[in-house]
Amino acid sequence: MRKVAIAAVALAVVLGATACSSSTPAARPSATTDSLSGSITVFGAASLTTTFTALATDFEKLHPKVTVATSFAGSADLVTQIAAGAPADVFASADTKNMDKLTSASLIEGTPVNFATNVLEIAVPPSNPAKITGFADLAKPGVKTVICAPAVPCGAATVTIEKATGVTLTPVSEETAVTDVLGKVSSGEADAGLVYVTDVRGAGSAVRGIPFAGSATAVNTYPIGALRASTAPAVARAFIDFVTGRVGQKVLAEAGFGKP
Amino acid sequence: MTISSAVPRWIVVIAAIGAVFVLLPIVAMTTRVDWGQFFPLISSAASRDALLLSLRTSLASTVVCVVLGVPMSLVLARTTFAGQRAVRALVLLPLVLPPVIGGIALLAAYGRMGLLGQTFQVLGIQIAFSTTAVVLAQSFVALPFLVLSLEGALRIAGTRYEAVAATLGASPSTVLWRVTMPLVLPAILSGAVLSFARALGEFGATLTFAGSLQGVTRTLPLEIYLQRETDPDAAVALALVLVVVSLLVVGLTLRTSGITRRSAL
Amino acid sequence: MTGLAFHATVAARRFDLALDVPEGTTVAVLGPNGAGKSTLLALIAGLLTPDAGTAAWGGTTFFGADVWLPPHRRGVAMLAQEALLFPHLSVLENVAFGPRSAGQARVASRETALHWLEEVEAADLATKRPGELSGGQAQRVAIARALAADPTLLLLDEPLAALDIAVTPTLRRMLRRVLAGRTAIIVTHEVLDALTLADRVVVIGHGGVVEQGDTREVLERPRHPFTAELAGLNLLRGRVVEGGIETPVGRVSAASRLIAGTRGAAALRPSAITVHATEPGERAGVNLVRVEVSDLEPRGDVIRVRSAALFADLTPAQAAALDLEPGSTAWFAFAADDVSLYGL
Repeated sequence: MRKVAIAAVALAVVLGATACSSSTPAARPSATTDSLSGSITVFGAASLTTTFTALATDFEKLHPKVTVATSFAGSADLVTQIAAGAPADVFASADTKNMDKLTSASLIEGTPVNFATNVLEIAVPPSNPAKITGFADLAKPGVKTVICAPAVPCGAATVTIEKATGVTLTPVSEETAVTDVLGKVSSGEADAGLVYVTDVRGAGSAVRGIPFAGSATAVNTYPIGALRASTAPAVARAFIDFVTGRVGQKVLAEAGFGKP
Repeated sequence: MTISSAVPRWIVVIAAIGAVFVLLPIVAMTTRVDWGQFFPLISSAASRDALLLSLRTSLASTVVCVVLGVPMSLVLARTTFAGQRAVRALVLLPLVLPPVIGGIALLAAYGRMGLLGQTFQVLGIQIAFSTTAVVLAQSFVALPFLVLSLEGALRIAGTRYEAVAATLGASPSTVLWRVTMPLVLPAILSGAVLSFARALGEFGATLTFAGSLQGVTRTLPLEIYLQRETDPDAAVALALVLVVVSLLVVGLTLRTSGITRRSAL
Repeated sequence: MTGLAFHATVAARRFDLALDVPEGTTVAVLGPNGAGKSTLLALIAGLLTPDAGTAAWGGTTFFGADVWLPPHRRGVAMLAQEALLFPHLSVLENVAFGPRSAGQARVASRETALHWLEEVEAADLATKRPGELSGGQAQRVAIARALAADPTLLLLDEPLAALDIAVTPTLRRMLRRVLAGRTAIIVTHEVLDALTLADRVVVIGHGGVVEQGDTREVLERPRHPFTAELAGLNLLRGRVVEGGIETPVGRVSAASRLIAGTRGAAALRPSAITVHATEPGERAGVNLVRVEVSDLEPRGDVIRVRSAALFADLTPAQAAALDLEPGSTAWFAFAADDVSLYGL
């Protein structure tokens, strides 16, 4: 039993050591340098899945000696993983609150950069069975509305809009992930759901989007930053520049994101 | 600890490693709990609602599992019919199905757009987003545990006592209530415990099929999932509550089934 | 005739048997393993369905053309080698099971149960659990339980076979007492069971009934070698002559009141034969047969010396003294008075 405990501790020490290598900030390379090499892991919020996967491939094409691995999950999950020592080089969050957790823990190199914004949109099944036209319709009796729980970024945005418009919703479900909200709408179980514009765009013909005026009162700002513990800080920096650059912004805009 | 000579020593070593493998994460979790904050964390309204909802729904699901599972076990163990193997495999399917897939399947059957959706609407029955949906989801994933446990016990028990009872003049229903059921009661109990534990920990199917609303459908696992977004400490504290409740249930019922075995009726 | 009229076939078990049991009589079914004794009882009790045949008790059909009565409606109770008392019920509740199933109230059924427990002299066991009983005690309770169900027909499948030899005589006497006046079929290996308990005996071999009739008649005067073997008797068949019978082993003297020229049989207990290693002198009234020993069979506390047509039982000491082995020559001597001669 003692031997097993010692082995476990030794293993933990080794793993911890590899995650905590110190790095010196390198000079900022030009974004078109072909000689850029290394591999990075990008942790991105779930809502960035399609866009960042495409951007990763584009970046690899630009820099043949670079590999970009991606990992997508809820922003809070990613924060937990990074804080526990997961090997990420770049972190793109769905809101500033989660990024702040890492910056206050001194895990971010420099200052994070805002690279996109997202606003909420009403999603309804293609046939719009409850005849939704605007935000106020969501509170009509008999309408099955599904939203994000207030603890999650899209849920916090919903609360802001409720306060701003004075309309209080009585949802049938408060999901923990915006994909689950979308799922309830696309499966026809819910009459309406509040999701991001990008989610509606990405769902294609599975749902119909209904923009509403009040959405502008709750804008989610997406920050991106490099991790201090990154083993390839030059490549990390280059990727961030790529995302905030012309190509990156175009891809994001096409997906429905707003300007930062 | 006395090691029986019937078991080679290296087996005991591997078994000990297995035990550590399972127990270490749970023990590690208890070290993560902020004990100073523990009671406020678990006694919040949301936590209380989640725990009570979990207990209520798991209990209801266990009843459903027993009511449906006992006849299913009897038919599988004591009758023969064409396609029996296929039916058994299908009945045990929820055991291997990822729970989220189970949720999707439940939607396909009982959801608004599902097979029975229109029928339910006409009858005025609302299933989605209701506590009923939670019970359905939990029963769906927990039923195979009871069927598996009980069918095995029924096969082993054999039918000799039932044959004697019949020759003494007992009708098939009397035989069932007075002979079969009492003899396999320990197996029913342990199957029910397994079902309850599975229902208590059910997450994926509930999330997909029933949704998540405090007091209505947000069971303890769903509450933990939500708390992770903002307050990992609360999540760990609640997880510990779930572990303790499960241990209590399992421990208590094993004790009572032992008592039943010793002094039958 | 009231009683059981039975005929059935089960192809998979090569079973084809017809049997009648008059009401109020006990019939013993004797036969080797595999002959179909257990199949017979299972068919009558309703635990097995035949391929073809009919069985009826008076006006009630158990099975027949398009009719099949389930076991709980036949009024046929069964007693097996194992008592099979319900482990989760007390002895009293076990015995009360039949009456309760018939609809009797709990208190009344317990009174009935107590009455039958007294009949089998097991009333003091009423509050015990089956796990606490010995084999003999459990079998007593099982008998009480079967009788308490008030069956029209009682089936016993080798009820004493699994019991300690010390308790079987007591139980056999008790069975004799409770079976008096009842209709019962008892399947057994033991000739003693048949002689003690049964009015009639049916001998079955592979392929059907070999012989049947009054118990003493069949078992003391068997007509068939198969029956004789089961009854433990030597059987020599042949033509009746003056003062004896002409058999395959030669002329056997016996007291005879039969008409010469008819077919007859001589039955002889193996213990009545003395065995000699050398030819003894001739004596009046003693039959002498020269045999070649084919086998020496230990059976309990005797050694059975077999030859082609006859077998004799010796004590181990006697067998050792004679120094016999398969192939050796021996002389079987038996008194004419010990031979039972009867017509076929």
